[in-house]
Amino acid sequence: MGELIDYQLRVNGRERDVAEAWLGESLLYVLRERLGLPGSKNACEQGECGSCSVLMDGKLVCSCMVLAASAVGSDIVTVEGLGDGDDGLSDIQAAFVAEGGVQCGFCTPGFVVSVHDLLEHNPDPTELEVREAVSGNLCRCTGYGRILAAVKAAQETRRG
Amino acid sequence: MLVFLPVSLEEAFDAFEQCPDAHFLAGGTDFMVEVNFALRRPPAVVCLRRVEELQGWRVEGSEVVLGAGITYTELLAPRLGELLPGLAQASRTVGSPQIRNAGTVGGNLGTASPAGDSLPVLAALDAKIVVASKHGRRSLELADLIVGPKRTTLAPGEVIVEVRVPAALGSQQFLKVGTRNAMVIAVANVALVADWAGRSVRCALGSVGPVVIRAREAEEFISARIDWEGRTPPSDGDLAEFTALVRSAARPIDDHRSTADYRRHSVGVCAERALGRVFSGDNREASERTSWAS
Repeated sequence: MGELIDYQLRVNGRERDVAEAWLGESLLYVLRERLGLPGSKNACEQGECGSCSVLMDGKLVCSCMVLAASAVGSDIVTVEGLGDGDDGLSDIQAAFVAEGGVQCGFCTPGFVVSVHDLLEHNPDPTELEVREAVSGNLCRCTGYGRILAAVKAAQETRRG
Repeated sequence: MLVFLPVSLEEAFDAFEQCPDAHFLAGGTDFMVEVNFALRRPPAVVCLRRVEELQGWRVEGSEVVLGAGITYTELLAPRLGELLPGLAQASRTVGSPQIRNAGTVGGNLGTASPAGDSLPVLAALDAKIVVASKHGRRSLELADLIVGPKRTTLAPGEVIVEVRVPAALGSQQFLKVGTRNAMVIAVANVALVADWAGRSVRCALGSVGPVVIRAREAEEFISARIDWEGRTPPSDGDLAEFTALVRSAARPIDDHRSTADYRRHSVGVCAERALGRVFSGDNREASERTSWAS
């Protein structure tokens, strides 16, 4: 495995120590296995499924495609860092619950992060823009209809 | 220290000098797949993401100079997209928003996949690629940089730093065939440039050979047949001959993504449509054409 390295990551606003890590570990692995943040899901490990989506310096990325040690000095926000309501849910998470946009739930954190990113940059997307924004997130249960309905609901709630 | 995070090229070269078996890392979207699947065990990594000289872009005379660290998302932004429409169209077909936020032009060149989507566009624009090391800089044509599947002529310690392309040259088209419109690696892709001032058509084919192929015979044939003054569309016969010449330039293989026959067929369809669109005044946004809902 070669030499092990120590470094710090800034995740959800907190400095976190990573100790004795192999340098090739992905950010996804470090979040889940070393920092106790299992919200980002591990499925394809090749950037295809989007279930590990996080924000790095405000940009939506697949955490499986980020070399964790290269994220030193970056601001990382995971799905665990998004909740802000009284029930711990963000408005987007609440919309997913209300609209039934969750079945097995495995893809949900990735979708939630992608939709947060979308509505942050484009508060009033067209349906086509929504579809494209989540084109890197795969869901094998819902057929996407209820997920798109959840995005629309969150969009309308924000619009007031 | 086995992971280096240089902020300047000089620091990157110094890091490589300390660790000559280090891998230079751009966006990570190819590299991390290999690491995650235990196909690669890097002894050391020099991350280029924060290197100042590789960021952004500028216009110099009639050229756009792209920092090698420019992402596909940045290539899609309106101003740059207008200067380099073919590259913007190609960028829009790459992966997903997540991948486009991470993947870079320099990384696409360095990975040197036969299916790299920016590569046919750079070939059709006769891009110059500037590489540098501690010992100096040199400028290369794409064909002199990428010489085989995942094979480049980069010397140890050399970094791709810039890509120089003509600004807003003629009419540009990029078309790609794959199993869906998002998250797809090309079965075939085509970039076509109609240079109205230079009176030439340039056409580059991707994913149908070990490296990007310029369809020179097809280019010469159609360039001589086009009514450059009147800009009238080529005749059906000329279009058919052009398409046949494109297909005969391709050198596709059978693999898990497609058969060679289908690749040869589809690369012709893409080239034919690209040429047709140049003349039909089909200036619809790439967004309409490439959206999966269309």
